[in-house]
Amino acid sequence: MTTATIRLHDVTIAYERHPAVHHVSGAFEEGHLTAIVGPNGAGKSTLVKALVGELPLTEGSIDRGRLAQNDFGYLPQAAEIDRRFPLAVADLVMLGAWRETGAFGGATRTTAAKARAALSAVELDGFEKRPIATLSAGQFQRALFARLLLQDAEAIILDEPFTAIDGRTTAHLLEIVSRWGNEGRTVIAVLHDLDQVRTHFPQTLLLAREKVAWGPTESTLSASYLHKARAMSEGWDENASVCEEARWRRS
Amino acid sequence: MATILSLYDALIQPFVEYGFMRRALVASLAISLGSAPIGVLLMLRRMSLMGDAMSHAILPGAAIAFLLVGSLSPLAMGVGGLVAGLAVALLSGVVSRTTPLREDASFASFYLGSLALGVLIVSLRGSNIDLLHVLFGTILAVDPAALFLIGGIASITLATLAVIYRPLVVECFDPGFLRAVGESGAAYHFLFLFLVVINLVAGFQALGTLMAVGMMMLPAAIAQLWARRLPSMIVIAVSSAALSGYLGLIASFHMRLASGPAIILIASIIYVASLLAGPFGALRRVFARPHLAG
Repeated sequence: MTTATIRLHDVTIAYERHPAVHHVSGAFEEGHLTAIVGPNGAGKSTLVKALVGELPLTEGSIDRGRLAQNDFGYLPQAAEIDRRFPLAVADLVMLGAWRETGAFGGATRTTAAKARAALSAVELDGFEKRPIATLSAGQFQRALFARLLLQDAEAIILDEPFTAIDGRTTAHLLEIVSRWGNEGRTVIAVLHDLDQVRTHFPQTLLLAREKVAWGPTESTLSASYLHKARAMSEGWDENASVCEEARWRRS
Repeated sequence: MATILSLYDALIQPFVEYGFMRRALVASLAISLGSAPIGVLLMLRRMSLMGDAMSHAILPGAAIAFLLVGSLSPLAMGVGGLVAGLAVALLSGVVSRTTPLREDASFASFYLGSLALGVLIVSLRGSNIDLLHVLFGTILAVDPAALFLIGGIASITLATLAVIYRPLVVECFDPGFLRAVGESGAAYHFLFLFLVVINLVAGFQALGTLMAVGMMMLPAAIAQLWARRLPSMIVIAVSSAALSGYLGLIASFHMRLASGPAIILIASIIYVASLLAGPFGALRRVFARPHLAG
């Protein structure tokens, strides 16, 4: 059996030829919890989008092992979700059962029961019939977590999942994330709170357009690496020349 | 002697006595069943005006068919309208995916050209009466052939919606999720545009190109003022469309009004009433009920 380890081989992702992620290589090991940290504009969301296949790579490749596209559960930073859409919370959560129902199949009582359990796990008991438009931002995020729970995905990718969520709920959701780790799922999360990362994520990728460090959290989040990451310039260099490596590869 | 209509005379007798009224009633009910759910979904996709643009886009197809066949044949004009509508939908889809123009912008450009072409073709050959028929429809002249076309389109619409309901709703509400589970959103989007076009073709047989979109968007707007769950919205939209069809026909029969505009005006009246009285309408803001304890 091949592994579910996700390997990046010299990945570059550029917008209008300016790289947002530049020559990154490494591996998200199967069953590990990895945090991706870095300053604004470091390419974190870009990398994560490429992992789930939302963005094409400019160069390099991603080897997803035996994981197929629908083995990924993905919680985007600002989901392009129309929160005023006339659906009930239960409808939203039960979409997580897509692998069982598919596009056309019906949801069963078991699905409904699982959805109720997932809602209960994010402490939204009794919210099944509420229109999603009536949820607060934090409650909505928890409902999306419930959908992820139901998705039962092998690899789970979270992009700044705790923005707009209060401390108590964050702690609770972090427990769920840790449980995913114990269940052998691969979890990759873009985070800003370094204390959160230190306590809950054994592995860290420190990104500043280029890979600054990738490995055990303690060594990655050392003062010197963090300093190096902070030194990244956020702006594009309008007069940037062609990257030497790309030039070399083309010839 | 003053004639006072009994309720039976007013509401039922016209349909018992006249075949054309019965056919018109069946046609408007069928259009309600197909067009109203499509309208609700269009509105939720923020494409309310797209339906309007599309209804103009089908005109040249219908006009060319009218020229070729030489009469107002419902089937020929339906097929022509379908071809023209789909061509505009596909072209704007391609343009919005390959250029910086958004879909609404490319739609607007294509439908304007299409409409101009349609009016030009009709004016080349037909008399003004024919143009009026195409623009305003002739629900009272719906023949069995047109009725079968309208009924068939309503059936296809309901069956297709039943099958693709989930992916279609997800494509509209959370397109990222649909991509993540490996479904093609574009496929459902185009299938939906196909349904929009065939329903406009059905509506255009009875109400004309100008009014066809009224049976889509007005019921959808009414539904948004009364419900907050998609299934109830669809039920309310279909019922209000059917009610408008029935009341519009009655009004046009007794008051000798043009039937198409009468139907759409009734829908507008229901809309205004809902604006005032609906639970999510304007009056609720003014006469707010006291808030609850928790």
